[in-house]
Amino acid sequence: MSDNRTLSHGVDMSALKRDSNDKPKDEESTLIEVKDLKLFYGEKQALNGINLPIPRQRVTAFIGPSGCGKSTLLRCFNRMNDLVDGVRIEGKIMLAGKNIYDRNVEVSDLRRRVGMVFQKPNPFPKSIYENVAYGLRIQGINDRRLIDEIVEKSLRGAALWDEVKDRLHDNAFGLSGGQQQRLVIARAIAIEPEVLLLDEPASALDPISTLKIEELIYELKSKYTIVIVTHNMQQAARVSDYTAFMYMGDLIELADTDTLFTNPGKKQTEDYITGRYG
Amino acid sequence: MDKNHISHQFDNELENLRNQVFAMGGLVEQQIRDAVAALTEGDTELAETVIRNDHKVNRMEVEIDEECTHVIARRQPAASDLRLIVAVIKTITDLERMGDQAEKVARMGRGLANMERPRSGYFEIQTLGEHVQTMTHEALDAFVRMDVDAAIKVAKKDLKVDQEYEGIMRQLMTFMMEDPRTIKRVLDVMWAARALERIGDHAKNICEYIVYLVEGKDVRHISMEKMEEKVRKG
Repeated sequence: MSDNRTLSHGVDMSALKRDSNDKPKDEESTLIEVKDLKLFYGEKQALNGINLPIPRQRVTAFIGPSGCGKSTLLRCFNRMNDLVDGVRIEGKIMLAGKNIYDRNVEVSDLRRRVGMVFQKPNPFPKSIYENVAYGLRIQGINDRRLIDEIVEKSLRGAALWDEVKDRLHDNAFGLSGGQQQRLVIARAIAIEPEVLLLDEPASALDPISTLKIEELIYELKSKYTIVIVTHNMQQAARVSDYTAFMYMGDLIELADTDTLFTNPGKKQTEDYITGRYG
Repeated sequence: MDKNHISHQFDNELENLRNQVFAMGGLVEQQIRDAVAALTEGDTELAETVIRNDHKVNRMEVEIDEECTHVIARRQPAASDLRLIVAVIKTITDLERMGDQAEKVARMGRGLANMERPRSGYFEIQTLGEHVQTMTHEALDAFVRMDVDAAIKVAKKDLKVDQEYEGIMRQLMTFMMEDPRTIKRVLDVMWAARALERIGDHAKNICEYIVYLVEGKDVRHISMEKMEEKVRKG
């Protein structure tokens, strides 16, 4: 797409209509700026020069058919793709004005600022308490009282506290899938990241757990900038303030979610969200 | 929409909805035509038929409404599909009200049939009736073809209908002043003219829904010039 630049920059951030936890509009600012990002898996190009702003303390959803590059793009935000063999990345991702692909960026430091939650809940084989405390311990925090406090705060933040407060030292695998996913989110927010990346966070969960996660996302955005990849379009419509539609490695359209789902600007978007794709 | 949904059943449901709206519109058109004929020709039997048939219009509104609710629940329509459902729900409300107005014209016609006929033979009602009936027909046609230009053209006709109505009012007022014995009759004619003028307004509303359906732009409550401007902007 040659007009990617105009597409992504054509979004009027002031046009936000959602209440977004009732933040005044003028507080909206861009936290992450993706600039002409290209990614290659060996010979194959997976991202064709993406330009896109991610606003601070908002939920931005990436939607698109399988293989469109949405998860690949998400994983670029905390350099998860660095671990994949044969990946080459060009372009920049500016996080609060600084390119995360600069040579002097410490990746562990970046991942502390940009947390990630995956499709399948992946708690550690430890107690509930230790799962949340883990990130703090590897940061060298050992103050028992402080850890207690953060564990409770994080579990409350992930809307899990009431369900687990009496069995904090039980093994995390004893939790249901939905609870495990919220535990993983608690673990992610315990270290107070700026950004939360959610890769299909509810696709392995039942409908009620899914709604709990969605409710949690709504609450979390008052503190964090959230980027979510989802196959479920209705989910994107429910939880996000902005939605980006991707197709074959291109960003086709980025718009505020209300507009994208009622009156999309591009025919490709229209076809996809109305089920005319293919 | 040139492309079909992956779900053919969804295509069928939407197509079915469109057809039902068209059928309901056809019935309403017929009601308007018959009501005007009943009044101008003093045909009480035809007036009775119109009054009796109004429940058919009402029933169609309820049925289509229900169908729309089902489609929303089952399909969670988005974008143009969603706009189609919204436009259909709104359109049938206006069609139902047009049906009510036609019934009103028929009731006036039934009453007037027993009174002395004016020399003009209700020519003005005949003309106004034809105009709003054409508007209705063209609005529905534009709906089916999703033709924004046609919709705007029809919406513009409402101004003429309004002027015509004003003209009829003035004329009827002079009748009443000249001969107070005509007041009862003339008031009935006024009600009928008023009902027809309202039908024109409803037809214009439908045109606005067409613009929303096709362009995703809300053009209600603005002047004709602004409406055109908004559509042209693309």
